[in-house]
Amino acid sequence: MIRVCPLSALPRGEALRVDVEPPIAVFHTEEGEIFAVDDTCTHQDASLADGWLEGCEIECPLHASKFNLRTGEVDAPPAKRSIRTHTVHIEDDSICVELSDEQPNLPPGVTFGAKS
Amino acid sequence: MKTITIVGASLAGLYAAQALRAQGYDGEVVVIGNELRRPYDRPPLSKDFLAGKIDADALNLESAGDDDLQANWLLGSPAVSLSTTTREVVLADGTRVGSDAVVIATGARARELPGTANLAGVHVLRTIDDAVALRSELLPGARLVVIGAGFIGGEVAATAKTLGLDVTVVEAMASPLAGPLGVEMGAVVSGLHEAHGVALRCGVGVQRLVGSERVEGVELADGTLLPADVVVVGIGAVPNIEWLVNSGAALGNGIECDHQGRTSIPGVIAVGDCAAWHDVRLGRPHRVEHWTGAMERPAVAVAALLGGGGWSEDRQVNIPYFWSDQYDVRIQFAGHAADADSVTVEEGTAEGHNLLAVYRRGDVPVAVIGMNQPRLFGRWRRQLNAAVSV
Repeated sequence: MIRVCPLSALPRGEALRVDVEPPIAVFHTEEGEIFAVDDTCTHQDASLADGWLEGCEIECPLHASKFNLRTGEVDAPPAKRSIRTHTVHIEDDSICVELSDEQPNLPPGVTFGAKS
Repeated sequence: MKTITIVGASLAGLYAAQALRAQGYDGEVVVIGNELRRPYDRPPLSKDFLAGKIDADALNLESAGDDDLQANWLLGSPAVSLSTTTREVVLADGTRVGSDAVVIATGARARELPGTANLAGVHVLRTIDDAVALRSELLPGARLVVIGAGFIGGEVAATAKTLGLDVTVVEAMASPLAGPLGVEMGAVVSGLHEAHGVALRCGVGVQRLVGSERVEGVELADGTLLPADVVVVGIGAVPNIEWLVNSGAALGNGIECDHQGRTSIPGVIAVGDCAAWHDVRLGRPHRVEHWTGAMERPAVAVAALLGGGGWSEDRQVNIPYFWSDQYDVRIQFAGHAADADSVTVEEGTAEGHNLLAVYRRGDVPVAVIGMNQPRLFGRWRRQLNAAVSV
């Protein structure tokens, strides 16, 4: 479990990149939901935390692939593979993320830490 | 319509096939490709693929789900003619393909320097085969001269420098990417090359390549001789439209189309690098070579071809967008630099290679460039798309 930040530190409509390996992105939607997914687009190396958040969909800032933050599924190409989702808990007014134990779908050529 | 033929099996051709299915067309789809390979992504050919970080499989544009396309792939032989009256496409190997509609997506090829075809060590970069051939010569310590500081030239120079080559870039214009970015922001890209130890010679043309069997150097118009073990020619691309000269299709710099990709031949649309769609802003056909256009526009043209079906007849195309990764900097650009009379850095600095700058005509933003500024850039790009007419 990663304690990311106080809930008040991530206003609605904002995103935060967390430098774990691989990095994750935490989003606070305009509707007030909080989601955590892998930060690196599954298509090519770009940070989804820098992307455009609309509803519970994130658009990659490089090629405009879209992912559903709830399911991780691809809503619009060029990405082909879903993004890994993580479980978010709010504890003591802090955002906490329980990392998925599934394999991440990192883009070709991107490796992190010990895996490289 | 029972059969639709797509001539061209790269990004635009594949996205045309996907758009046909997404928009409800359930007839036969034939895809013709001059290369033997299934559709692959070209931008990494000058970057990660050239650097050896990813293999050819990683370039595959299709996903498993694309089996749903149920397309009939005719690969390895280029189209050589299109009949205006019957829309029959004839391939170089003699195959004849009849259909009710045709999507032209034959792309462009790298422009070559005349008289260099038989000179070893001289490369262009457009295909996987090109990249494999070039990569085999990018050996540490070798002297590489890149002719042209456009996207291909800049990215090859950056990749080769990373691989340990001694790199010089020659550019006839006053700065790299002077056309798409303007000279002022082009100069920032110059600084990027220089900061990484790549020598840049701008504002001077190439006189000739020196060498008999293998290239030995590049002679510039001012008489300078740049010794070279390898030369990359990155001087633009030529649309693949010669096969249409007898088709009756209107041809200029590309296949001339209306603002939604319809050619002058009924039932024939054109997309991607070969197509010059009518640009409402410019009032004339304008060929766009960017990857994003090849990905976005097929859905618009296919909607026009199929005649609606729940898709707006008047779908707008987005403002031009491109990106380029050079060294550790991601350059992103959207809009029309040529329209601007000023460029203002709004965030970051040129020296820090982290600027965001807005191009304006009077007070009106017409384009935006970001260097390692993806978040701000994305906001500006959206605003411009909403505001700038295409």
